[in-house]
Amino acid sequence: MTDRRRFLRNLGLAASGAFLAGCNRISQSESGSRVLESAEWLTQRVQRILSPSTALAREFTEADISPVFRPNGSIMPQTALYQSLMKNQFRDYRLGVEGLVDRPGEFSIDQLRALGERTQITRHDCVEGWSAIGKWQGTPLGALLAHVGVKDSARYVMFHCFDEWGADTPYYESIDITEARHPQTLLAHSLNGAPLPVANGAPLRLRVERQLGYKHAKYLRSIEVVSSFEDIGDGKGGYWEDNGYEWYAGI
Amino acid sequence: METTRENTSPARTTRLVYRHRWPLRVMHWINVLCLTILLMSGLQIFNAHPSLSLGQANNDNTAWLAMGARTDAQGVPHGVTRIFGHMIDTDGLLGTSTVNGRQTVRGFPAWATLPGPQWLSMGRRWHFFFAWLFVINGLAYVGWSLATRHLQRDLAPTGDDWRGFGRSILDHLKFRHPKGQAALRYNILQKLAYLGVVFVLGGGIVLMGLAMSPRMDAVLGWMVDLVGGRQSARSWHFLIACGFVVFVLIHVFEVIVTGVFNQLRGMITGWFRIDEDDKP
Repeated sequence: MTDRRRFLRNLGLAASGAFLAGCNRISQSESGSRVLESAEWLTQRVQRILSPSTALAREFTEADISPVFRPNGSIMPQTALYQSLMKNQFRDYRLGVEGLVDRPGEFSIDQLRALGERTQITRHDCVEGWSAIGKWQGTPLGALLAHVGVKDSARYVMFHCFDEWGADTPYYESIDITEARHPQTLLAHSLNGAPLPVANGAPLRLRVERQLGYKHAKYLRSIEVVSSFEDIGDGKGGYWEDNGYEWYAGI
Repeated sequence: METTRENTSPARTTRLVYRHRWPLRVMHWINVLCLTILLMSGLQIFNAHPSLSLGQANNDNTAWLAMGARTDAQGVPHGVTRIFGHMIDTDGLLGTSTVNGRQTVRGFPAWATLPGPQWLSMGRRWHFFFAWLFVINGLAYVGWSLATRHLQRDLAPTGDDWRGFGRSILDHLKFRHPKGQAALRYNILQKLAYLGVVFVLGGGIVLMGLAMSPRMDAVLGWMVDLVGGRQSARSWHFLIACGFVVFVLIHVFEVIVTGVFNQLRGMITGWFRIDEDDKP
């Protein structure tokens, strides 16, 4: 019996060693991680059925606002262009709008505000696991898209940012047109009643309330309406997506 | 359970009974794989923010559990865990541990996480893939158990079970296990444990996982409120995972004390050996 026990114990040790080595190989291999990635497609499909595209993210009250809205990722873009805009309190800031739109152009914060305003107190969920509640004020992206006119071939809205993550690697993100037109999807210029602090993405950041924090691009330089993002960056639709995170960040 | 193979050896009479049907065996081992990977990738995800809070949002002051490091005068980090305000020295295990020979500040150690080194995006890939397998396998198990009446016949406690509740606790404490035909039936504690794991822990951990999804929260807000908020849901998800670990430890312990080879053969081939009951 002791021989049997020893055999079983050794078998267990060998099996767990082989298991961990196998998992490691799957993580490292292209095809292995592609199999694991296939779950993202299923998650997106099922979540979009269970939680309709028009469903609103929960909104909170003033009393729920977090004492500190934790900044994450870039907190001070170093590019010369951003630094010069910041020195002038972003008075010369213009958001570029380009791509598959009828009337491309540049918009100051005041021009954006004239298109519409929405205030919402929402919970921000970071992919790391923490949450913070803040009050956001900004222009619904849908109002801007309606103003510039979106062409029929448009499928995604890209967000190009001022902050760089390594040489010539600006932060960028993308969402689909349906998400872009969701009433809570904002180009936010204020947090908790004050102009957006630099650490939180001044002068303008995206709010896309039903997805994780990395989708909420900060320091917006321009937005671009496209039919595909394959040729942008590494082709996965965003900086973190190019680094292994899911494009669909609803979970 | 009707099929048997007789084996009459001079010492004692035993017989093999076909105990577990193949779908159940397959689902059992898929579950072993899923739980292992979900636990380890879950700890990898936990390590990205190695603390747990209650409520909707969190800050460092609201955490009831937090793993971190205290740096000593020489600049060397020492792992500490704060639980309900109590500081515990967990150097080398929680807060700090060795990764590739180097002392590293991290929640759970590399041997407990998948992947081993800090790699949140890959941990998430593993977690969500096997979460789907776990959910599909769990639904298949419940469907199969209802259709074959495994649930009604083998798992639902009977009146006799409830009346024998106290005796069953005593039997477990004394490691007294039924022999012969009686060994084929689940006892009341076993039934309650299985039902609790499947419906309370299994259902609960999936719901608490979904409660952390910002997209699902657009329709599950009421449930998130019910458990106290998104960070509370994250705490519950973790605690239920601990519940699974406790169940597995007890389960494996019971397998060992009741005959590890016989139990393993039962769950691999379906055939389980029992002592022949004395003929009346």
